[in-house]
Amino acid sequence: MTNVPAARATPPPEGSGRRASAWLHGHRRVKLGLTLGPTLTWMIVVYLASLVLLLITSFWSLNELTSQIERIWTLKNFQTLWSTPVYRTITIRSVGMAAAVTLTDLVLAFPIAYLIARMARPRMRPLLLLAVVMPLWSNYLVRVFAWKIITSGNGPLHSLLGLVGIDHSISASNIAVWLTFSYLWLPFAILPIFGALERVPDSLLEASSDLGARGGLTFRRVIVPLVFPGMVAATIFTFSLTLGDYIAPILVGKAFFIGNAIYNLAGVAQNLPLAAAFAIVPIVIMGAYLVVARKLGAFEAI
Amino acid sequence: MKHVGRCMALFGVLAIAAAACGSNDNGGGGGGAASSASGGGAVSSIGPTEGQLNLIAWPGYTQKSWVKPFEDQSGCKVTVKYGNTSDEMVQLMRQSGGTAYDGVSASGDATNRLIAAGDVAAVDVNTLFPEYADVMQSLQEPAHNTVDGVHYGVPYMWGPNILMFNTDMVKPAPTSWSSVFETSANPYAGKVTAYESPIYIADAALYLKATQPDLGITDPYELTQDQLTAATDLLKQQAGMIKKYWSVYTDEIDGFEAGDMVIGTAWPVNQSILVSDGKVPVSSVIPKEGVTGWADTWMMSSHAMHPNCMLKWMEYTLQPDVQTQVAEYYGATPSNTKSCAQLNKDLGADAKNYHCGDDAFLSQVALWKTPLSECGDDRGATCTDYSTWTNAWTEVRGQG
Repeated sequence: MTNVPAARATPPPEGSGRRASAWLHGHRRVKLGLTLGPTLTWMIVVYLASLVLLLITSFWSLNELTSQIERIWTLKNFQTLWSTPVYRTITIRSVGMAAAVTLTDLVLAFPIAYLIARMARPRMRPLLLLAVVMPLWSNYLVRVFAWKIITSGNGPLHSLLGLVGIDHSISASNIAVWLTFSYLWLPFAILPIFGALERVPDSLLEASSDLGARGGLTFRRVIVPLVFPGMVAATIFTFSLTLGDYIAPILVGKAFFIGNAIYNLAGVAQNLPLAAAFAIVPIVIMGAYLVVARKLGAFEAI
Repeated sequence: MKHVGRCMALFGVLAIAAAACGSNDNGGGGGGAASSASGGGAVSSIGPTEGQLNLIAWPGYTQKSWVKPFEDQSGCKVTVKYGNTSDEMVQLMRQSGGTAYDGVSASGDATNRLIAAGDVAAVDVNTLFPEYADVMQSLQEPAHNTVDGVHYGVPYMWGPNILMFNTDMVKPAPTSWSSVFETSANPYAGKVTAYESPIYIADAALYLKATQPDLGITDPYELTQDQLTAATDLLKQQAGMIKKYWSVYTDEIDGFEAGDMVIGTAWPVNQSILVSDGKVPVSSVIPKEGVTGWADTWMMSSHAMHPNCMLKWMEYTLQPDVQTQVAEYYGATPSNTKSCAQLNKDLGADAKNYHCGDDAFLSQVALWKTPLSECGDDRGATCTDYSTWTNAWTEVRGQG
């Protein structure tokens, strides 16, 4: 460094705190290390290291006789996943559910976000946003249990369906799981779309109207393309949250999803390597999803 | 007992040091620690208690009304972690190298796994507990907790897995497991429940044992690959009729009360709770094909931090009056035959469902035990083990 650090040019400040801050001012690298260090350590040790361990474990195998993990590199777990039809069924079911929930939430979230961002009076906006995030104030489990009661055999939804002449219990079904997930993740879909809608400049809409476009055309050709990255961002949340959740299917559903199968493999079969291998599947799916989302510009919209 | 005192003092400072003190129980330790018999390595005496006891128990097994008196007389403060499934209990017992919990009320599908892995300590029950002589004949040295004549704990409660049904919806009363397994023209399809565990495969095997003799099933826990496949196929067929599998006992209680479930396998405690809730009328039968069942054993961790308190607890749970209390609360049957007089008197006409002290009945119940590749008979090591069962179970559950 050629510049004389400022701290050296001025008389030394009093007090140890000041002295330390002056010293740090002169030692930029130390300062950077102290500010970023804890965060980076956390990221590397807790987050990345556990992912790496997961990856490594998936290449180990389980000795069937002693139930001990054998640390020999093998692709056996991935072969098992590929050749056992049930894991494919579970994966397809999980991805299908994630897609259905994502689509549902998009359809529900867009009008709500549009209403809040572009139609509600500015004074009402914070109140409406508050209403959107309000469910997040209560515990996740409480909300899932609520849906367990709503969808149960003598619950309100069943009575409601009975009024329109449908006597079909949806308790412990995939429909119940779909409804629950769609409810749970709706706020996560509304907020990014709201953010994107709010950022659409009024001038563009006025220009569109000046050029003779009617409401529908403006919506299709101006608003939707501008909001599209926000919608993709919303789907990242709904898709990944659905793919990773295993509590809601236990409580309101019956069928196994990826998370349930992993839980079963790790907790019941105590086959951690196979569980780890199966855990790689949603990671790969989400990885591919994020690559596509990035191409669609979703990361600028979050 | 200076030695123990020092251990206790250290406990506050250094958990590791306390672990070292606690592990004396295996090494034939000095001072007041529980010591082993010179020969078999089984614990054969009880030293001064450590003031603390950490248990893993089935929900309902450690109610205040019988734990409090134990705390008062032994000076061991009891903390309980409820285990909802056998698999969870096995995992918990292995936590922190086996030092996190002193003992567990393990069912027969967990016990052999714990014994084989060395997680639980051998206990010289006949020397330590005079009450052991009163334990039912069939539970004196059952395969699920006694290996080569070495005991790994004391029996607590046992009970059958009964066929429970809603008496309003299920008419006439069922007499066979076919009501939950046969799919053709089954009026209860979509309202059936079953137990969410690989061990439930044994229920299907037991049914096949009676209905398809050509499969040659002798013991529902000792299945060759072909027999396991037959049982798995039956369960896959059944899956279409299942409303929901119950894992935690409250799942089944909720399901019956919501009208989602009307028939299925149950523990007696589930029926007791439904009856006392009084929301839906339920009854149960022992179907003609027989039943599976469970017998639970209090086992001590081989790395227990508080072995003497655990031994005191085992001694206490063998007391006839304690077992009567548990049996009446839980709807299970005591293992101590001295409990029966009081139980029969308290329960009156209901007592016949408990089969207290009834060795003839118990010998008919196919008690849960861990499936091993060694069949236990002249077929040798051709049977399917628990990990094969869990894979089979994943296939049953994964499809729908």
